[in-house]
Amino acid sequence: MLTLTDQNTITWFPACHTEDVPANGGVCVKYGETQIALFHFARRGEWYATQNECPHRMQMALSRGMIGTQQDEPKVACPFHKKTFSLATGECLTGDECSIKTYPVKVEEGKIFIGIV
Amino acid sequence: MKVVVIGNGMVGYKFCEKILSRASIELVVFGEEIRPAYDRVHLSEFFAGKTAEDLTMAGIEWYHENNIRLHLADPIVSIDRTAKKIHSHKGITESYDYLVLATGSAAFVPPIPGVDKQGVFIYRTIEDLEMMSTHARHAKTGAVIGGGLLGLEAAKAMLDLGISNTQVIEFAPRLMPRQIDDAGSAILRNKLELLGLKIHTSKNTSAILGDEVITGMQFSDGTSINVDMLVISAGIKPRDELAKLCGLETGSRGGIVVNEKLATNDPCIFAIGECALYNGMIYGLVAPGYEMADVVARNLAFLNSPAKITDDISKEVTAIEVQNPPSGGRGAFLGYDMSTKLKLIGIDVASFGDPFLEGENIRTVVFEDTMKGIYKRINIAADGTALLGGILVGDADQYNMLLQTCKNKMPLPANPEDLILGSRGGESAAGGGGQGLPDDAMICSCESVSKGDICNAVSAQGCETVDAIKKCTKAGTGCGGCIPMVKDLVLYTMKAQGKYVRNVLCEHFHYSRQEMFDLVKLHGLKSYDEVLDRLGTGDGCELCKPPVASILASLWGEMILKKGNDTAQDSNDRFLANIQKGGTYSVVPRIPGGEITPDKLIVIGQVAKQYNLYTKITGGQRIDLFGAHLNDLPEIWRQLIEAGFESGHAYGKSLRTVKSCVGSTWCRFGLHDSVSFAIRIEERYRGLRSPHKLKGGVSGCIRECAEAQSKDFGIIATEKGWNLHVCGNGGSKPQHALLLAADLDDETCIRYIDRFLMFYIKTADTLTRTATWLNKMEGGIDYLRNVVVNDSLGMSAEWEAEMQTLVNCYKCEWKEAIENPEIKKRFTHFVNAPEIKDPSIKFEPMREQKKVADWK
Ligand code: SRM
Ligand SMILES: Cc1cc2nc3c(=O)[nH]c(=O)nc-3n(C[C@H](O)[C@H](O)[C@H](O)COP(=O)(O)OP(=O)(O)OC[C@H]3O[C@@H](n4cnc5c(N)ncnc54)[C@H](O)[C@@H]3O)c2cc1C
Ligand code: SF4
Ligand code: FES
Repeated sequence: MLTLTDQNTITWFPACHTEDVPANGGVCVKYGETQIALFHFARRGEWYATQNECPHRMQMALSRGMIGTQQDEPKVACPFHKKTFSLATGECLTGDECSIKTYPVKVEEGKIFIGIV
Repeated sequence: MKVVVIGNGMVGYKFCEKILSRASIELVVFGEEIRPAYDRVHLSEFFAGKTAEDLTMAGIEWYHENNIRLHLADPIVSIDRTAKKIHSHKGITESYDYLVLATGSAAFVPPIPGVDKQGVFIYRTIEDLEMMSTHARHAKTGAVIGGGLLGLEAAKAMLDLGISNTQVIEFAPRLMPRQIDDAGSAILRNKLELLGLKIHTSKNTSAILGDEVITGMQFSDGTSINVDMLVISAGIKPRDELAKLCGLETGSRGGIVVNEKLATNDPCIFAIGECALYNGMIYGLVAPGYEMADVVARNLAFLNSPAKITDDISKEVTAIEVQNPPSGGRGAFLGYDMSTKLKLIGIDVASFGDPFLEGENIRTVVFEDTMKGIYKRINIAADGTALLGGILVGDADQYNMLLQTCKNKMPLPANPEDLILGSRGGESAAGGGGQGLPDDAMICSCESVSKGDICNAVSAQGCETVDAIKKCTKAGTGCGGCIPMVKDLVLYTMKAQGKYVRNVLCEHFHYSRQEMFDLVKLHGLKSYDEVLDRLGTGDGCELCKPPVASILASLWGEMILKKGNDTAQDSNDRFLANIQKGGTYSVVPRIPGGEITPDKLIVIGQVAKQYNLYTKITGGQRIDLFGAHLNDLPEIWRQLIEAGFESGHAYGKSLRTVKSCVGSTWCRFGLHDSVSFAIRIEERYRGLRSPHKLKGGVSGCIRECAEAQSKDFGIIATEKGWNLHVCGNGGSKPQHALLLAADLDDETCIRYIDRFLMFYIKTADTLTRTATWLNKMEGGIDYLRNVVVNDSLGMSAEWEAEMQTLVNCYKCEWKEAIENPEIKKRFTHFVNAPEIKDPSIKFEPMREQKKVADWK
């Protein structure tokens, strides 16, 4: 959860429109040289953003992964070797791969903003 | 109590592990090698890329954590038995209450002139292997002295090191003289020669030639050969030098003499593993060594138990009742079965019990197939009561069962030959699983885990997977040979507990794939979300999405990316292409039967050139274009489709290729037109979604150039029609297809394939190829034949009709994808910069084409 002070230091970057993102899937957003994976978990009415690079083999692929839950924890599975990461915390849920960075997301009038801290 | 262990090899380590679990004692270990004990049995895997670390039994931390004082690279140089002290090379003196010698053995090097030359190696430690691989870089020809278990392993290692010209020199008239007989050895020899090894038997090396470095070998029969590298593997020599020095009794041919408690003639000193000579025998295998470690650990733990008041230690040791072990299990070592199965070169070789038994009271059954290179022999008591031993070469699948039958004196089937010929005529094989075994049957001999232990772990401790069993009992953590048996026992115990072994998809669906298939059909569900709402809980995951998407496709034949099903597809299906290292995709247009016109070849060339794609002929008789950016896929496919190509479904769990041979149109032996039939079949089943991928083949005659018998369905022309074979498989565990029906006309053949495929699609588990599906089917091929040919389930008409519906609604997915703007728009890397390709993708040039840069 974001605290008020965080809110102040966040830059909200307009990424795309809601209809650009497939329901229950992801897309990749270009923010300067950074690649961010943006997911629309339509079943839960939630949006998530994480780094696009999978830390396992440094592949720019998480946005193309399948999303789902594990014991109610939202997660994404990398298409390469199916390592999974929590969308909420970025923690790796399969073994000891390092965790991934997550970003806050907000939707306003059909536009999606990713928060860069 | 203070125990000092000399030697930190496999058995020395196992002793530490065993005693820790039983008693708290002061433990000090001295090892001569520079690293802690490692898995010598799998030493050769060092050449297959395993590191010393991978092979380590337990890291140094483990010794710390368990308060074991470990001294590495510090061999013990003398033992003072009166003072009960030992002295190390580095000058450490340590006293002991009990001393355990686990000094193992060294390679036996025969006194041939020249063995000290450079380029001559032994094969025992990681250092030996490191030196070998350095030398091998400049070597072209190699030889191994010794055609036994280790020699052949070393020969294979030489091949792996790139020395394709490798010869094996064996002194005896046959290979593996201690394990297999002449006939078995002849078959093994043939197989090894096919691998490119040259074998010499009855050959005695008289000198090793060369100045400083080896250049050749001279034999006593006057012949000689040139070699750049030699490995000597002529047997082992127990490391008993320390024992001798302090006056312990040793055997005339080496080894420290021990009794059934592994005590030497000094009751405070034990010897275990390959240095111990029990009953005139050195056990050169790890399992008996582990058993010895266990016996000593048990007995020392008993002596250390608070209940025992120790005044005269030497009496205590001998006082332990052999038959009445103090702490359960065996308190004495009573010899060990020397049965072995080799992990050799992809050739199965095994022997068990007494492989060579002969004589009046023995009935020997032999099966030999020189074409396939299979030899099996079993020795049975003449009255048919017991299996006494045997040999398996070329196919050792039955090894575990036979070994158990032999060791546990289990009753034999009425026709003992069934034991090696397997079940013929569809009845279940004699002793097909672990069910029939007594509870104390040893399943994992490396870790001494019995059937009872495993079943107990399942029922009392809730271990319901092989991994859980491994953790809880250690079974299967040694050589791994028992894992199929363990798996069997887990399932069997769960079933016996009345647990319906539910092969559920994942936490979101409590149904098996087969149940899901029926339910989705019954409720007429068409999208992943509907299926989840109706049949599942939660929000789905990567385990249930692809199988559900596949079921939907098999049932309704709708475009797989519609109805929101796109994000339920595996990444490959979602983008209709296989994702490659680096994040690019491959493009595989369908080339039915492998037939292609020059014009189409030119188009493939042009497209590949335009998009700078790496091209390769695949193993499936078509062409793969690798390295396409996601953004380029629609345009690449637009051009291919315009030229008459369609999707090859290389990305889907669906029909791949139907391989053909040229057949009667050109081939002088061809009986029918196999190409036309292959094309017809490939076009019939293209796009069909199934539990796993499907491959077919059609050969124009029994020479079988299309390798149809390695396919899920394989068709071979006969004088009268086609023979249909099913459930073949390549992959890691190849299996030949079995004949389903003979001499069929075109139409009947296709009808049978329709039925066969529908039956498979409806009943197989996710990601189960047809071969595995059949292996699990009760009644096997006979049952399948009854269903498909004799319509025993009465489903044939329905299945044929369903298949026809799917055939009729086939459309090229790529054509639909590029024509549908909603789908097409997903083929971009950046949603907010659709024109930019993924800048992180890097290529490198290679042989006039490109390859993807290696990943980190
Ligand atoms: C391209 C090709 C190798 C080549 O350069 O020749 C190939 C490449 C791949 N194979 Fe294969 N296999 C290829 C022929 C084969 C063959 C030979 C054949 O079909 O005659 C076999 C053994 C025959 C068989 O399947 O029974 C084969 C057995 C496998 C297996 C093991 C299947 C099994 O039952 O155990 C896998 C793994 C899997 O599917 O789970 C696999 C998987 C793969 C994957 C898809 C691995 C992956 O997930 O990325 C490779 C991706 C290729 C790509 O991106 O296009 N490939 N693969 C061949 C493509 C044939 C084609 O035209 O479609
Ligand atoms: C290539 C290869 C393949 C094999 N394959 C199989 C197989 O498939 N199946 C099977 O059952 N067995 C196999 N074996 C045999 C198996 O590895 C041995 O049976 C097992 O390693 C014996 O264990 P050990 O602890 O008795 O001896 P070792 O593992 O030899 O350990 C003895 C240790 O003691 C050290 N030592 C000796 N003297 C002293 C001293 N004075 N002071 C301190 N340390 C000392 C040695 O340096 C060594 O590290 C294979 C062996 C090799 C080499
Ligand atoms: S054999 Fe392995 S490496 Fe080669 S293509 Fe098939 S899956 Fe890839
Ligand atoms: S690269 Fe992501 S799991 Fe391997």
